[in-house]
Amino acid sequence: MSMPAIKAEATAVAIPTASPTAAAPVVTMTPKPAPRAEKYVKMTKEIAARVVPPLIVLALLMLFWELVCRRTGSTLPPPSRVFKDTKELIFDPFFDNGGIDKGLFWHLSASLQRVAYGYSIAAVVGVALGTLVGQSVWAMRGLDPLFQVLRTIPPLAWLPLSLAAFRDGQPSAIFVIFITSVWPIIINTAVGIRNIPQDYRNVAAVVQLNPVEFFSKIMIPAAAPYIFTGLRIGIGLSWLAIVAAEMLIGGVGIGFFIWDAWNSSHISEIILALFYVGIIGFVLDRLIAGLAKIVTRGTALN
Amino acid sequence: MQAYLKLDHIDKTFTRGNATTDVLKDISLTIGKGEYVSIIGHSGCGKSTLLNIVAGLTGATNGGVLLENREVNSPGPDRAVVFQNHSLLPWLTVYENVKLGVDKVFASTKTRAERAAWVMHNLNLVQMAHAKDKRPSEISGGMKQRVGIARALAMEPKVLLLDEPFGALDALTRAHLQDSVMALHQKLGNTILMITHDVDEAVLLSDRIVMMTNGPSARIGEVLEVPLARPRKRLELATSPGYLKCRQRVLEFLYERHRFVEAA
Repeated sequence: MSMPAIKAEATAVAIPTASPTAAAPVVTMTPKPAPRAEKYVKMTKEIAARVVPPLIVLALLMLFWELVCRRTGSTLPPPSRVFKDTKELIFDPFFDNGGIDKGLFWHLSASLQRVAYGYSIAAVVGVALGTLVGQSVWAMRGLDPLFQVLRTIPPLAWLPLSLAAFRDGQPSAIFVIFITSVWPIIINTAVGIRNIPQDYRNVAAVVQLNPVEFFSKIMIPAAAPYIFTGLRIGIGLSWLAIVAAEMLIGGVGIGFFIWDAWNSSHISEIILALFYVGIIGFVLDRLIAGLAKIVTRGTALN
Repeated sequence: MQAYLKLDHIDKTFTRGNATTDVLKDISLTIGKGEYVSIIGHSGCGKSTLLNIVAGLTGATNGGVLLENREVNSPGPDRAVVFQNHSLLPWLTVYENVKLGVDKVFASTKTRAERAAWVMHNLNLVQMAHAKDKRPSEISGGMKQRVGIARALAMEPKVLLLDEPFGALDALTRAHLQDSVMALHQKLGNTILMITHDVDEAVLLSDRIVMMTNGPSARIGEVLEVPLARPRKRLELATSPGYLKCRQRVLEFLYERHRFVEAA
C-alpha cells in the first residue's frame, strides 16, 4: 500500500517539469531542461519496475481467490463480496455510534496506542537492562539465565496473570506488549554492548570521558545497529501480541473487532481487518527500519 | 639530559588461570623533552604492551611511569595515543572525532569558538581540513591516520604515543605520512614515543632507537643514538654513511643477535 503512495508522489513531482520546458522559449536562456526531464522519466521507470511486479502478483492472487470462492457452497467470500460487504467500513472509517460500534480508524488507533505505550516502555527498559547485562559480567551471569527462560513464555500466557495483577484490560494489554517486545531488545542491546571494540573504549579512556558521556557518545552509537535489530523484532512481536490480547480483553481495538466480527459471522469484515493489520504491521516495521537507517548512518565498520 | 618521561623498572606479567607469562622484564628508559624515541622489536616482544603501560591503558606489574616526576597510572589526554588502526569513531565526522577530545581537554580553558578554531587548526596541520565533514568510511587509510594524529595533537599532549602508526598503510602513503610527522615534530617540538617494526622508519624519524629483545621476558637490548642532523631528507639520507651505519646496527641487532624464533 505504501508503494503505490510513493509512485503517486513521484508522478506528482514529475508533472512540474513540463512547465519549465514550456516556459523555455520566453526566457531564451534555458539551463538545459531536457536532462532534468530525463531524470524524472528515469526515476519513474525505476519506481515502476519495483511497483509493477507486486501489483501483477496481487492481481493474479485476487483472480485466483475470486475463482475459487465464487462457487456456490464456498465457506469464504470472494474479494468482490468482501468489497461489497465492507464498503461502508472502508469508506467511513471515522463513524462513532458509541460503545464498540466505531469505525475501523478508532479500533486501529486504540490498538496502536496500546502498542505505543507498551513498546515505548519496553524500548527504554530493554536498552537499559541490555546495557547493564552487556557491560557487567556479574549482571550477565545473574540475569541472562532468567531472561532466557522468561523470553520463551508465549505472550498470551502472561495475560491472565497481568489481569489478576492490574484488574483492568488496558494496563494488562500494555503489559503483555511490554513483556513480549522487551526480550529481543534486551538481548540484542547486550550483544551490541559486548561487541564494542576495545579501540573505542581505549579512545574514551584517553579522552577521559565520564560514564555518562561514555554511555551517550560511545556505547549507544556503537551498539546502535544491534539495538535497532532488537527494536525491529520487538515492534513486530508487539503487533502480533496486541491482536491476540485484544481478542481476550474486549473493548475497542482491532483484535476485538475481529473477534466480534467472527461472533456475528461477518467474515468479510474479518478479511478487511486482517488486511489492515498486515499493512500496519508492515508500516511499523518500515518505520523502525527507516529510523535505524537515519540513526545508524556511518556506524557500519570502516 | 633532563628526564621528562621516565619508565622505571617496569615488569609486566600476564596471568591466565595458573599460567603466568612474563612479557616485559625490567624496562627502564628516560626520555627528554622534545625527544623522538622509537621502540623496535620483533612482533610479540611486548612493545605494544609497553606503549599501553605508558598510556595507562594497561597496568604494570612492577615499576611505574613518571611524567614530569609525577607517577601516571591511568589513561589521560597528556599522553595521547595514535592507534595502529586509527580507531576513529565511524559515526562521527572527521571534525567531530577531533572535537571529542578537544571539548573534554579544553572544556574550561577555551570558549566554544576557540575550541572550534583549535580543531580546525589541528586539521590544517595534517592537511585534512578539506575533509572535515566526511565520515571515516569515506576517506582513505592514510587520511584516517592523519585524522588520528590530529586528534592526538589537538589534546596538546605532553607525550605523543604512536603505536605502529603507519603499519597498516601502503609504502608510498607511509613515506608521505612519515614526512608529515617529521615536519610536525620539527614545528611543534613534541615529545614522541613510537612503536615500530620498520627499521628505515625508526632510523629516519628517531633521535634514539630502543631495541628490544625477543619475548618472553623481553628487555631493552640496546639503545642507539641517531646522530643525524634535522631536518632530515629521505632521499639524501639514502646514501648518507651515518644513516647506513645506524640502519646496519639495527639490522644486526634484529636479525643476527636476536633473531625472531619461529617456535616462540
